[in-house]
Amino acid sequence: MPQNEYIERHKKLYGRRLDYEERKRKREAREPHKRAEKARKLRGIKAKIYNKERRNEKIQMKKKIKAHEEKNVKQNTEKVAEGALPVYLLDRDVQSRAKVLSNMIKQKRKEKAGKWDVPIPKVRAQADAEVFKVLKSGKTKRKAWKRMVTKVTYVGENFTRKPPKFERFIRPMALRFKKAHVTHPELKATFCLPIIGVKKNPSSQMYTSLGVITKGTVLEVNISELGLVTQAGKVVWGKYAQVTNNPENDGCINAVLLV
Amino acid sequence: MEVDLPSTVQARLKSDTGEETGSPLDLPLNITRDQLQLICNALLEEEDKPFLFFVKDVEITNSLKDALDIKSLNSEEVVEIIYQQQAVFRVRPVTRCTSSIPGHAEAVISTSFSPSGKQLASGSGDTTVRFWDLSTQTPLHVCKGHANWVLCISWSPDGFKLASACKQGKVMLWDPRTGHQIGKTMSGHKQWVTALAWEPYHKNPECRKLASASKDGDVRIWDTVTCLTILSLTGHSKAVTSVKWGGNGLIYTSSQDRTIKVWRADDGVLCRTLEGHAHWVNTLALSTDYVLRTGPFHPVMDQQAYITDKNVLQQRALERYEAVCTKNDERLVSGSDDFTLFLWLPEKEKRPLARMTGHQQLINDVKFSPDTRYIASASFDKSVKLWDSITGKFITSLRGHVQAVYMVAWSADSRLLLSSSADSTLKVWSMKTKKLELDLPGHADEVFAVDWSPDGAYVASGGKDKVLKLWQH
Repeated sequence: MPQNEYIERHKKLYGRRLDYEERKRKREAREPHKRAEKARKLRGIKAKIYNKERRNEKIQMKKKIKAHEEKNVKQNTEKVAEGALPVYLLDRDVQSRAKVLSNMIKQKRKEKAGKWDVPIPKVRAQADAEVFKVLKSGKTKRKAWKRMVTKVTYVGENFTRKPPKFERFIRPMALRFKKAHVTHPELKATFCLPIIGVKKNPSSQMYTSLGVITKGTVLEVNISELGLVTQAGKVVWGKYAQVTNNPENDGCINAVLLV
Repeated sequence: MEVDLPSTVQARLKSDTGEETGSPLDLPLNITRDQLQLICNALLEEEDKPFLFFVKDVEITNSLKDALDIKSLNSEEVVEIIYQQQAVFRVRPVTRCTSSIPGHAEAVISTSFSPSGKQLASGSGDTTVRFWDLSTQTPLHVCKGHANWVLCISWSPDGFKLASACKQGKVMLWDPRTGHQIGKTMSGHKQWVTALAWEPYHKNPECRKLASASKDGDVRIWDTVTCLTILSLTGHSKAVTSVKWGGNGLIYTSSQDRTIKVWRADDGVLCRTLEGHAHWVNTLALSTDYVLRTGPFHPVMDQQAYITDKNVLQQRALERYEAVCTKNDERLVSGSDDFTLFLWLPEKEKRPLARMTGHQQLINDVKFSPDTRYIASASFDKSVKLWDSITGKFITSLRGHVQAVYMVAWSADSRLLLSSSADSTLKVWSMKTKKLELDLPGHADEVFAVDWSPDGAYVASGGKDKVLKLWQH
């Protein structure tokens, strides 16, 4: 077996034969003739194998040529980027901002219908037995008309408890939430935003009024810090978002902004 | 302590350039502005010209008594009342959107009225330049030719050519009557073109030379007939952000390398480098911008006059230029990323006249009013600020926008100011009350470009929502 790269070494030390280039050119020029002769001479299975190989080789060659041609063309016609900016914003890192939020009329109409084109259209129904836990009350704990909410809730700022005698639903402090992680679908960014209210819990109207937040609930969140504006140039501050996780399991509320 | 107030004061009227008018008068203290106006008109032997009056830099809005500090008044002293003449014509504020014309397939980046105010063009991200018919408010021509966003457009001062430049650094010329390209495409810039400026009409009525500033740090002066570069002004080490062609044969360029350079237009010699800013210089404005833009046309006065003799027009342009720029004092104001503005007298000295501070964010646009008395600056801190253009003193801050203000535009009579903002509105501000006159909502997204026609009849605005809106009274 050869030891080390002796051929390269020799080449480096003494150079090539003086007629090396010429011989190489001639050898390459003879190559097609040699191949043709071989193809003509071969018979039987060997010819079959050889022709198949040669065919594949040609296909590959053509593909390569085509790819190169396409590459050249592409360089000439540069695609015009979207989202044109004026000169004065070109050098600034303008963060990609979503388009104007749907206009007010559309928003109002949607609100009236109470139907949204939401990311999670089908929501698993929450049974009363799952959401409420029966609390026994009374001196001898015989009465069972009190309920404790076992899901995450949003309780408004101005909520005052009723006297315990009239308090049918108890919303535990530990399950009350004030903020939600809201993802803007077009910006692909998430913000921790204060909740303004529960717009709709699809399971039941009662849950909506109680402020129960389960997967699929539509919340109203305060987006004023995102700095979006309406067509009239006012800052938008309330937008709806749909909850995408099970807050009672995760300990946080994740939601998607409805744009 | 009740002081026995004098009922009259010795007063002398003085023009804002310092010329005294008539001898000192005995004026009653409760003289009103209208009465002063009558006196002033009589003294100057004029008829019904509107004036503004100032006593010690305080404007007389009601009567002389309100503006004067009575307690410190010395009855022996002659009070100097400075009067400023205002434009004789009045531009009515735009109040409504008369049409929003769709057509562009991408954001409208630049809009511009022709110097006569009779034609309108816009450039957009869809690589086209479009001409619009103002009388019917419909699309007129679509000019395809650029291969990338059309970043800036500029009318030649005679109104027969429109130059447009794109993000690939190509400059093209268009004929507004046919919508066809004139000459060849001028290529030479290695990066996008940031600004265009034509040679002023009174220098050459043929409108042959055009200067273009580019991101690659060069300014090129083109011969628009042969479509070749005459001169290449190299010297800035970073992107050039703005170029202005002054009326005395000087070219001013601002750059992101924090300097402003003054070049001689004829041979491209660097005359001066104005230093002072601590960050990018974003924008420049000349006190003569309005006269240079309108050139030979007085958009309001000679609406009917059709003069085609170029020498007459040139003479007229020169007269108008000299009327504005009386003592060769073309002033320059520059706005920068360091939140300040500088006022320069670039023809004479290297040092700034004044440094204007107050903005809390970078300054994006700055404009002199057509009568050259005010400077308005638009900033990303959501405010527009007004400054005195002679001393650089702060006048007031116009607040109302809820997001960055992009551009400002003055009405031809300098009584109204328009600002466009990222909050999708335009706002009209009154210079008399220094307050918001009108709010113009309507755009669905950021308003990138706004222009008030030189005759004051129309406002055109375009933005990210791809429509071009025309506003009228």
